[in-house]
Amino acid sequence: MSLKNNILDLRKRKREVQKGGGDKAIQKQASMGKLTARERILAILDEKSFHEYDLFVAHSAKDFGMEEMVLHGDGVIIGTGTIFGKPVCIFAQDFTVAGGSLGLMHARKITKIMDHALKMRVPLIGINDSGGARIQEGVNSLAGYGEIFFRNTLNSGVIPQISVILGPCAGGAVYSPALTDFVFVVENISKMFITGPSVIKSVLGEEISMEELGGAKVHAEITGNAHFYALTEQECFEQIKTLISFIPRNNKVKAMAFEPKPPRRGTKIEDIVPVNPRIPYDMRDIIKAITDGSEFFEIMEHFAPNIIIGFGRMDGNTVGFVANQPKVLAGVLDTDSSDKAARFIRYCDAFNIPIVTLEDLPGYLPGVDQEHAGVIRHGAKILYAYSEATVPKITVILRKAYGGGYIAMNSRHLRADFVFAWPTAEIAVMGPEGAANIVFRKEIAEAEDPETLRQQKIEEYKQKFANPFVAASQGYIDEIIEPKETRSMILHALKVSENKDISGPSKKHGIPPF
Amino acid sequence: MKEQEDLKTLIIEGAVYKTTFTKKFENRTVYEAPDRNKIFAFMPGTIIDIFVKKGDKVEEGQSILILEAMKMHNNVTMPFNGQIVKIHVKRDDVIPKNHLMLEIKPI
Repeated sequence: MSLKNNILDLRKRKREVQKGGGDKAIQKQASMGKLTARERILAILDEKSFHEYDLFVAHSAKDFGMEEMVLHGDGVIIGTGTIFGKPVCIFAQDFTVAGGSLGLMHARKITKIMDHALKMRVPLIGINDSGGARIQEGVNSLAGYGEIFFRNTLNSGVIPQISVILGPCAGGAVYSPALTDFVFVVENISKMFITGPSVIKSVLGEEISMEELGGAKVHAEITGNAHFYALTEQECFEQIKTLISFIPRNNKVKAMAFEPKPPRRGTKIEDIVPVNPRIPYDMRDIIKAITDGSEFFEIMEHFAPNIIIGFGRMDGNTVGFVANQPKVLAGVLDTDSSDKAARFIRYCDAFNIPIVTLEDLPGYLPGVDQEHAGVIRHGAKILYAYSEATVPKITVILRKAYGGGYIAMNSRHLRADFVFAWPTAEIAVMGPEGAANIVFRKEIAEAEDPETLRQQKIEEYKQKFANPFVAASQGYIDEIIEPKETRSMILHALKVSENKDISGPSKKHGIPPF
Repeated sequence: MKEQEDLKTLIIEGAVYKTTFTKKFENRTVYEAPDRNKIFAFMPGTIIDIFVKKGDKVEEGQSILILEAMKMHNNVTMPFNGQIVKIHVKRDDVIPKNHLMLEIKPI
């Protein structure tokens, strides 16, 4: 055999294996409106940057006729490539090969690329499209899942881990995405659940479609499992690239810096917020009035929209925003919004991204369902996350900052580095209405005209406490600023905190209330 | 100003806020005080057998019916000495969670 023949043979073998499950299976994949694993990888990565590893890995199962079966790549493609010229590790389960089922060698390929990503300190992107455990391989497939989950945990906070759900991801398999930082779902394609509709029906008699049980919208809106929701795979890939542009490659470096640019001209920031603290506005307009190019990349847009989280840039550098949204549920904190914000704060802290908090909230959401759903322990998460975070922490209070909500939203008391307030800020133990009703309860009850007296007392309280000056007199607010100064003050704060360095008491790890 | 008209009202500590609701908030379960005279299914399942009829006087702890759920036969017993007021299920019914099975009253 000549070298040429060897090369031709290699090429033939590669072509064969790269076809995955073969033409028929690929057609079936397309008929479900899905791209193949390879197409997906190529669409996410920079052109011609993908290098595949372990193409010729074969399964080693010997039972149930498996010894006769050839499964190309054992149903998963792994490798490295670049996005914006920076390396990433990637794996994609190949549904055309035995339904992307996970056996021992399939799992070994995934853990290999995970280890590689950790070693090289580069982001890991995992594309999930799998029928689940390969039953024929028995406990080995369980071992495979376990080793993936373990590595997800080990990698957590060191390298960004991104999960893309582009097909079924059911049973134990869901826990790998759940352990990662960001989960992407696509309408009609993503399906995630622990037990599927047929089992639920046979055991409990409840009938539900796969889409209603664990479709993309459900996870984006109801469960909070997904961070990004897209209508098409292509849109999803664009979202992934945008995310990558905002986050650092690992916990030791900074995110890519961009050319600084001012916010777009347009609405004046002071015109966005109504003076009456009971009237809503869209907090995203405030964020866009502050960030470079008025760009804001929102995360978990559809889940607990009463709090807003996401990335923007200030002077070219990534900043994480946490902001109450008066437009939805008056911007209250509740179980879901606390959970959502707390996790994001911890993400920013782990990856050295400064946090800007924009505050305007009436407090916690009242209700039996909230209390019984554990608003105490969920609400505690946000306190924990802010207190623990050592990245630069900047708070701007726009209007309401009442009670426990004031404390929770990165107050001075949780070691905020900068707290600014607009002149419209009301920093008080509760709103004037509630306070007047309690403080002057007796007087109001005994008055000839209780309603007039109540209004009078509310006004009195408002004058006295519903402002930023009481808190400023205690040094809890560093500076009361004009709305139009918001961006420049945040930029100033970021500049000052560039070399921020603090550390807490030595410990193995804390015990957050999760 | 169409959006303004669609705003809902949320009252927190006496203050009235104009805002919008999420689907999840609108669909939240509204709390109802437990009524000890009603027996609900604690799980979805199938009625395997009913041991009482309307008007029966039943002692505390006595079996009323068997609800099969998750492949387990669950013996539903009388919570106090009382009488069966109304039976809302029959044998072989497949019922959802929180389905009203029986009404009873103490005697």
